[in-house]
Amino acid sequence: MRNSGEPAGAALAALVADLQSALGAGRVRAEPHELGLYAHDASIVEGGDAPVVCFPTSTAEVQACVRIARAHGRPFTPRGAGTGLAGGAVPLGGPVVIVTTKMNRICSIDPGERVAWVEPGVVNLDLTRALAPYGLHFAPDPSSQQACSIGGNVANNSGGPHCLAYGVTSAHVLALEVVLPDGSVAVLGGLDAEPPGYDLRGVFVGSEGTCGIATRIAVRLTPDPPAVRTLLVDFLSMDDAAECVSAIIAAGLVPAALEMMAGAMMDAVEAFVHAGYPTDAEAVLLVEIDGLPAFVDDAVDQVRRIASDHGARSVRVAADEAERQLLWKGRKSAFGAVSRIAPDYYLHDTVVPRTRLVEVLRRVDEIAAAHGLRVLNVFHAGDGNLHPLLSFDARQPGVLDAVHAAGEEIVLASLDAGGVLSGEHGIGIEKRDLMSRMFTADDLDAQARVHEVFDPDGVANPGKVLPAGSRCGELARVPHGLWV
Amino acid sequence: MSRAPLEAFAAEVGGPDAGPVVAVGGRTDFDVGGAVAAEAREVRAPVGIVEHEPAEMTVRVRAGTTVADLDAALAPHRQCVALPDRPGATVGGVLAVGRSGLRRLGWGPVRDTVLEVRYVSADGTLVRGGGPTVKNVSGYDLPRLFVGSLGTLGIIAEVVLRTRPLPACEQWFSGAVDPFRLLHDLHRPASVLWDGTTTWVLLEGHPADVAAQARRAALVEVDGPPRYDRLPYRWSMRPTALATLAADGHGPFLAEIGVGVVHRAVAPPRPTVDPVVVELHRRVKQVFDPTGRLAPGRQVLP
Repeated sequence: MRNSGEPAGAALAALVADLQSALGAGRVRAEPHELGLYAHDASIVEGGDAPVVCFPTSTAEVQACVRIARAHGRPFTPRGAGTGLAGGAVPLGGPVVIVTTKMNRICSIDPGERVAWVEPGVVNLDLTRALAPYGLHFAPDPSSQQACSIGGNVANNSGGPHCLAYGVTSAHVLALEVVLPDGSVAVLGGLDAEPPGYDLRGVFVGSEGTCGIATRIAVRLTPDPPAVRTLLVDFLSMDDAAECVSAIIAAGLVPAALEMMAGAMMDAVEAFVHAGYPTDAEAVLLVEIDGLPAFVDDAVDQVRRIASDHGARSVRVAADEAERQLLWKGRKSAFGAVSRIAPDYYLHDTVVPRTRLVEVLRRVDEIAAAHGLRVLNVFHAGDGNLHPLLSFDARQPGVLDAVHAAGEEIVLASLDAGGVLSGEHGIGIEKRDLMSRMFTADDLDAQARVHEVFDPDGVANPGKVLPAGSRCGELARVPHGLWV
Repeated sequence: MSRAPLEAFAAEVGGPDAGPVVAVGGRTDFDVGGAVAAEAREVRAPVGIVEHEPAEMTVRVRAGTTVADLDAALAPHRQCVALPDRPGATVGGVLAVGRSGLRRLGWGPVRDTVLEVRYVSADGTLVRGGGPTVKNVSGYDLPRLFVGSLGTLGIIAEVVLRTRPLPACEQWFSGAVDPFRLLHDLHRPASVLWDGTTTWVLLEGHPADVAAQARRAALVEVDGPPRYDRLPYRWSMRPTALATLAADGHGPFLAEIGVGVVHRAVAPPRPTVDPVVVELHRRVKQVFDPTGRLAPGRQVLP
């Protein structure tokens, strides 16, 4: 459409002019060298095309962007910090890209009610830092928390290590002010105990920008625990480590976090942050226990005993907050550390029942080996959320095909083991066409109906979440620039 | 695991030709949302626990199972579900109504307990939403949409729920103390109740922690929470608005501090709902039940 010469160019120029008159010239970008940045997110999903990018600073400006996009017959794609790993923010169908990063005010913090209203562009870690003086924090803590935005967390129903005990983003969002795809504004959910009606808030969270754009978010704040202990447990066998995970959960301990890192990943991390990880181990568990002091002491003893029953070589308990932070730095820097091994990586995200961790990890190793790829593992073992990381060099011819093929096989292996498509990264484009491997046509039709309620014309972040044709009787709408 | 009971249930619910239907559980909250048209045929979801793997902390259960039976089956594994267990209440009924019990402060809302739902749609097909694992990004969140939907969008047949470990110790306490101060000072109490004079607190956890917290807050042990049968109405308020209850002229109350549910003798004022939200509700009902055969007459919005 846009390559067909003058008329399309004129239409785009008119769109840009309208957006500029609404937002000011400085906050609407249409220069090719800048647009390229917005064609991607942090994934390796290709095929995005951003004809124009806007940076609204208020709900009214988001509304204006949506209305102008629609008046010009364009869809829109919301975008936060662009740290997504499933292609959720990759623009398809020549949309107006609406970036929320300049809406980054914490509007209010009510420590008594334990609620904060924030704009979608607030960075996850910035919110938690702002809450520190009140002894509160925002529980979802994705590995990208230094960069990712709360709006992105809402869109993807993001998780993080501490979701094991505290729940994913949906459990921490009370209300949302949203701009709907028709340009109207609504508040979904509420701060009262039982807002009336259907849980549209719950539907909107995790809808990946396909139901509209959240412009203000009321998040639930979690009190900091009175006591925290972090343990590093190392194993010479991955099987023992995985069985130890199941035993800890079955004992009813529900640690605040329960992470696993496998041998090769540890080498990379240790060389990067020098956290004192035992590089000769096959796997380590990072176990965090929080709560009241007697419970924490007792739980630490129980973890020690369970670990030793499962063949742990050693248990190191962080002696102080500095050591605890260092152990976590190792975990949270894992993906940065990988760049020491190979220039590119593809981080996957699937969930399997905890009791089947070992067999699926083996299967992942086999799949990677069959495609000539190297796989590294660091993941949320406590909730069975695998993050196999395929490292590669994109300059190698054909390697991307192998990476995509291996990725799909890993997802299917997880489904075969009774798991799901994604734990926290979202469906996006990456897993859209795998939805039919988990769900029947009737299941997908029901999901498409939910989407249709919010976005009957299919203009909100098209080409994401559901495969084309999910709504029974729908004529398949395939947006321009579809990645296949 | 046999799917036969679910398929038989779907056949019983039937499609549009089969006329109006309403799911019945334990009738503990059957009047929520108003009376259902008399011609609606009553159906009951299948019963039974399908699968419980203690190390997964999840349970797959048929919706007609009572919460009490489910908790009894989980208890030997030192687990329970975070659902209120009024006598006779079924899992499907509690989810369809969506109301939490007195422990919501510690347990969270009912909606956060459901991982996967299988329901019979208005056209009589079995549909699944969500996923069986504790983290389960799987597209649009049908499980949450169904919690509190009062059977108007589909009839819940089977669910996967998160389980919780039973606390090592749980004890109710009471005292004439400021409930708001208490909420701030205690670490994650399971319940704080207040009637304007007396405060009741449920503490869960390690016995030494429970004792130490109670001692510090000058609380004394009691057998349980106060009875509130004379307070049949349920108000939904913001937690910060609760401080004004004693002076608001609406009579006696029992307030769930930190949550905002208030039990009273008089009906709550009718909330106003934004017309945009009303329209979204109309569309939800329209796409899930175009012929209006599910629980006809019941209103999810006041």
